[in-house]
Amino acid sequence: MDFTSNFIVQLINGIALGSTYALIALGYTMVYGIIMLINFAHGEIYMVGAFVGLALVTIFKVHIIIAFLGAMLFCMLMAVSIEIIAYRPLRRSKRLAALISAIGISIILSNLVNLLVGPKPQTFPSIEKILFEIKSFDLIAGAQINTLQILLIIVSAILMIGLQYIVKRTKVGKAMRATSQDYDTAALMGINVNRIISYTFAIGSALAGAGGVLVGIYFGVVKYNMGMLPGMKAFTAAVLGGIGSIPGAMFGGIILGVIEMMTVAIGFSSYRDAIAFGILILVLLIKPTGLFGKQIFKKV
Amino acid sequence: MLSIQDIHVKYGAIRAVMGISFEVKAGEIVALIGANGAGKTTSLRSISGLVKPEQGKIFYNDIELTSMPAHKIVEMGISQVPEGRRVFPLMSVLENLEMGAFTRKDKNKIKDDMKKIFQRFPRLEERKNQLAGTLSGGEQQMLAIGRALMSNPKLLLMDEPSMGLAPMLVQEIFKIIREINSEGTTILLVEQNARMALSIANRAYVLETGQVAISGEAKEMAENKEVQKAYLGL
Repeated sequence: MDFTSNFIVQLINGIALGSTYALIALGYTMVYGIIMLINFAHGEIYMVGAFVGLALVTIFKVHIIIAFLGAMLFCMLMAVSIEIIAYRPLRRSKRLAALISAIGISIILSNLVNLLVGPKPQTFPSIEKILFEIKSFDLIAGAQINTLQILLIIVSAILMIGLQYIVKRTKVGKAMRATSQDYDTAALMGINVNRIISYTFAIGSALAGAGGVLVGIYFGVVKYNMGMLPGMKAFTAAVLGGIGSIPGAMFGGIILGVIEMMTVAIGFSSYRDAIAFGILILVLLIKPTGLFGKQIFKKV
Repeated sequence: MLSIQDIHVKYGAIRAVMGISFEVKAGEIVALIGANGAGKTTSLRSISGLVKPEQGKIFYNDIELTSMPAHKIVEMGISQVPEGRRVFPLMSVLENLEMGAFTRKDKNKIKDDMKKIFQRFPRLEERKNQLAGTLSGGEQQMLAIGRALMSNPKLLLMDEPSMGLAPMLVQEIFKIIREINSEGTTILLVEQNARMALSIANRAYVLETGQVAISGEAKEMAENKEVQKAYLGL
């Protein structure tokens, strides 16, 4: 394989991987945008999404599309409950308190799944048996893209466009933006701030659940601790894009995925995680607001 | 219309309001004046439900507001122009106005009301697609007033609408307040600019360190020696 085709192959791998980071990163950034909390349980919500998808396909034998939607719904309800039980009572406490609560939830979820399913990786049924045969296409000589990658990228893109539509055009989306900019004033508009926070958790977690199922299909295995590393990477992606910024999380995810695969391509595959977290440290040192960081207007 | 009965509000250990009572009757402009820290803003925040008094009661047309959540109070017909305008800086002028109408469902009426706001403030229409954070102070104040009017309030609470504005604009804002009132909206106005406030109000209350010090007809207050000395600089 020559250099160009290798480059293109890794670029496609990177975009596919990055799309899953982006889906998870959106939940981090949305929740941070609205209640200034780094929801460390978010990676575990993604993991639970993958397991719910797996259970629906293998135990309940439903169609993969139903399983996909079911996992999203389950994650929504779970995250809304988590927020009410673990974060809402701490809303007026120091920010560290809610952060510790989030870490606690994260540990509970991964251990719960470990207890229920066991520590062994579970295989996700092959997409060829449940949806379609995987075909590959030549983009240029030697560089191929397969239908599974296309599926992953298209589904992620549809979800992200849907999210943009909700946030930019709908009443709930506008209320979310208003609440993230000014909590008290949003309440003065008649916005039920608690409900909007629940919606934010619900939407962000539905995306994480979708990401979990997509990754299950793409890599073929799911494991109780699979949320940890992608969760951290997605957090990095959110910071890289500018925490609180929705387009930032999307681009941050894709950029991080591509950088990671390029690191693999040039032969440093054992350093891919180090590079990813190196980026986190660099962004925090040099430009903590990230690529698309929120502009802050001073009062006139 | 609105009756505040002996409210006490604490922020942590700081007692901001210590037994304030006052009333607003339908159709009036009532001014709350007083120095910084007298409890004016806290009084408005308790009416809007942003802080909960630990003692005392607030009634609106005989309905108790004291423990009602803020978003329900807006539905009752009370809206607020908060101190420092507090427009949503990263949303457009249009979106800010839409947020003001959040509790309403009558889409056509909302459109009509938005047109009225644009007639009253042509500058806002010129800038309707601009981010609110990029507006000047005066424009932001107009937007904050327009946004509060979008909920179609019966009672409008205004917190320091003249703060930080050029004298010309202050005149303009007070003219608008009078117009809004003459169109049937009752107004409770908090101001440090006591002279201007007394010139348009029917009645006024002077607050000092969390309590009502003096109250009465605005005209009489403007001639009251104590008020003149302490608040009008005469």
